[in-house]
This record gives sequence, structure tokens and C-alpha cells, in this order.
Amino acid sequence: MSRLRDGLNGGLRRMPAWPIYAGSAGYAAWLFWLGLTGGLGVEPVEALEHALGKAALYMLVAGLAVTPLRRLAGLNLVKFRRAIGLSCFLFVCLHLLVWAFLDVQFIGEIWADILKRPYITVGMAAFVLMVPLALTSNQMAVRQLGPRWRRLHRLTYAAAALGVLHYVMLSKGWQPEPMVFALVVTGLLALRVRVRNGATRGAVRGR
Amino acid sequence: MALRWRNDLRESDITPEPVFLDRRQVVAGAAAGMALTAATGRPAWAEALEPNTWEEITTYNNYYEFGTDKGDPARYAHMLTTSPWTVKIDGMVERPGDYAFEDIMKKMTVEERIYRLRCVERWAMVVPWSGFELADLLDLAGVRSSARYVAFQTAYRPEEMPGVKFPVVEWPYVEGLRLDEAMHPLTIMATGLYGKDMPSQNGAPLRVVVPWKYGYKSIKSVVRITLTDSQPPTTWNKYSAREYGFYSNVNPNVDHPRWSQKYETRVGGGLFAKKERTRMFNGYEEEVAHLYEGMDLEKYH
Repeated sequence: MSRLRDGLNGGLRRMPAWPIYAGSAGYAAWLFWLGLTGGLGVEPVEALEHALGKAALYMLVAGLAVTPLRRLAGLNLVKFRRAIGLSCFLFVCLHLLVWAFLDVQFIGEIWADILKRPYITVGMAAFVLMVPLALTSNQMAVRQLGPRWRRLHRLTYAAAALGVLHYVMLSKGWQPEPMVFALVVTGLLALRVRVRNGATRGAVRGR
Repeated sequence: MALRWRNDLRESDITPEPVFLDRRQVVAGAAAGMALTAATGRPAWAEALEPNTWEEITTYNNYYEFGTDKGDPARYAHMLTTSPWTVKIDGMVERPGDYAFEDIMKKMTVEERIYRLRCVERWAMVVPWSGFELADLLDLAGVRSSARYVAFQTAYRPEEMPGVKFPVVEWPYVEGLRLDEAMHPLTIMATGLYGKDMPSQNGAPLRVVVPWKYGYKSIKSVVRITLTDSQPPTTWNKYSAREYGFYSNVNPNVDHPRWSQKYETRVGGGLFAKKERTRMFNGYEEEVAHLYEGMDLEKYH
């Protein structure tokens, strides 16, 4: 078991992170192409908007899974976490742009929706929280901010919670998929809480 | 039947099938139709009623009994046995009983009705239904004078409906109308599309169509109709009364709590489709506004 893990970690160490960026950008471009050519069905705006939002949620789950995977399974994916986070942010930005310009279309309505519709307010809050995270994702910011970087990046947890809440709130009826996302994200966040209260401070370091 | 609704659109207004299969040609057809309209002087609103294509109408559906994805009904609705089919008509009627679908069809006058369809989710279509007036079916059963409301129920068959595994809403799906709404000549039981039998994903073999209300009021695959003297429970209202009222008339001035209803998207416009303004009573204000005279449409949304 530990040999398998060491082998995997060795392989992962040699793997570059750029395919995650390329894959995410490629996927977004492919979705857009499908939308233009009928591949997303007869109502492509809604389909594109939802697909981008869903992609962001998957990246969110992947990003939150990195630390538990290392702690519980010894699998080291930390070097991919920045790429996962930035890809998530890319999908969120595109999701937002499609919503504003292809879906709502009217500036006044966009603003009214943000203020008046709780699920949009929540989604927008998640986006706003992600902006400083994306801006400080470079090596220079990590160095300059020092320990404050880690504290700042705890905003990820709030953004994740708000992101999945946004999905649950916008669904019509008690649909299974948003519930599954909510459960998984809650579980991943709960793992953090348990560690903070139970284990020693030393075990927490390095998240 | 003196008040029968007169259709402004005729058979010839529908894009012929070979043409509607090809989207580009449909656009050409619409241009030709427009020229024709100018000559005949039909009202302006009728000009916009170019029906959506067969593909659009049959692949983009909300029929949660088969799943919540828009494509699920087209994927799974074939599992539904639609023949034989009976509709139980009971409650405050002279002749309660199980009415076989074929027997109903023998007594009804089927006609074409090209209606707008407006979903509460803000998308819209134009659908060339065929069917008969609900009033005629109710007359067949004989409505007692004490009846005030009509309750409807969709089939509930777990072995044929994969979506009912999940409690998305409470099953079976139920809907209701005030009797005068049900008897209105615009309200039909639709049994077909584009002159063909109703596809399962659109609510085969027969479904209600109330064109001035949000789509979820137009209940599909009806197995039971009950005449009552009190307002019947309706599925989405039970789920969230604040969001889904009993009346659910299309109204650009009353927003759904989670989204605005001022604009709508006409399905088929592609990625860069322009939004259109939502029409009061979905464009049927002239025909139905009198039903709600003096009512606070915000309170009774």
C-alpha cells in the first residue's frame, strides 16, 4: 500500500501542472463551441451557464480535497492546488459573464438581480471572495504576505460554502444533484473543523 | 359553444414538416409568412407566432417524473405505457367513471391550437397543439352546479418513471383550475403536436394546456379529473406557496421571488438570442383578463 502511494507521489511529482490550465481553458472553449453549433441543445444559454457553474463546483471540490487526501491517504497533490483554484476562478468568471451578458442582458436587471435575489447575492459574494485569492495566487504574493497569505486563503472555505449554497438555492424542487454537492462540500469543510479542535496545532500546519 | 375561441392562425401558417426539420429554411419560411401576414392584415401579435420546431418542442422539456434535466423526458418517457389509457372523472359530476381515451376521442372535436407556452423558468415557445376544449370533456361527464374547481392528477408509475425515485416534489403531480378557467375556450386537453399523436415527453396521451398560465399549470399525462367545491392542492404550491401561487398567471409585473419575470427567452434563438418582454397573461389578456377582474394579482399570484 505504501509502495503504491510512494509510486503515485513520485509520478505526481514529475507531472507538470499546466495540463490543468490547458484542460480547463480547452473545456470552456469546447462548451462555447458546442453552444454555437447546437451541441448544447435548443436552449444553449442556460446549458452553457449551468455547465460552467458545474465545472467551477467540481474544481472547488477538487481543491478542497487536496489536503484531506494528503492527510488521510498520504497522496500529495499540493503542487496542483494553485492550478485547480485558478481554473475554478476561470469557470466562475465565465459563468458570471454568460449570466450577465447572454442571460440577463440588461445592466439594470443585472444590478437588480444581485440586490434582490438571494441566490444571486450569495453567488456574487462567493465570486467577490475569490477575487483576492486569485490575485494573490502567484509566488510573489505568497512570499510577500508570509503567514498572512494562509489566513487570507481561508476565505476559500467561505467561498466554497457560498458557492454550493448558491447552487442549492437556485434549484427548483428538491433535486438530488445539488444535495450531493452540498453533502460533499460540507464533509470536506467538516474535516477541517475536526482537525482544528482535535489534533495538535502542529498537525494543522501546512494546509 | 357560442363563445368558442377563434384561432387566428390556420393550418397553412405552420411551417410544413419538411421545412421545419431544417432550421435555416424555417427562417426563410418565416420571412415568407410575414409577407403573407401583411397582405391578410392579421393582428400584429399573431405575426410573431412562428411555431418552434418539432425538435425544440420534444427535446427541451420539464417532466420531472422522468428526471430534472431538460433532456431526461426525451430520453426516458418512452418507458411510459400510454395505451390503454383511462381518465377517471369523479367528484361533483353527473356521470363519474373511468373514461377510456379512445372513447373520449370518439366524442371530441379535435382542432389545431397554436399557443404560446411560457415556463416559470423564463423560457418560452410557440407550440402547434392539437386537442379539444376541456369544457367539452367536462360536459361529457356533466358538471354539477355545486362544483367550483377542477383538480387534475398525472400518472404515477415508479416502474415506468425513473424520476419519481427522488422526492423532487411530492408525487403524484397534481394541479388545479378554477371552474371558469377550466371552462374557458382557450383551455384545452391537448392530444397531439404538429398534427401527430402527442409524444410521451410532452404529456401523452392527453394533457391540459392553459396558455395564459405558467407551464407547470398545464399538467401532463392526466389520469384523474375531480370536480370539487374547494380549491384543490397543487404540486408546486405545496412545495413553496410563496413562489408558486394557485393562479400562476403569466405576469411581467409579479416577480418570482428568486427571479424577475419581466423578460423571457424564446427557445431556438441560439447563444445570442435577445430577450423579449413577457406579455401580460402571456399575450392572452384580451381573452382572459375579465376572469380576474377586481382581483389583486400580486396577492393571488
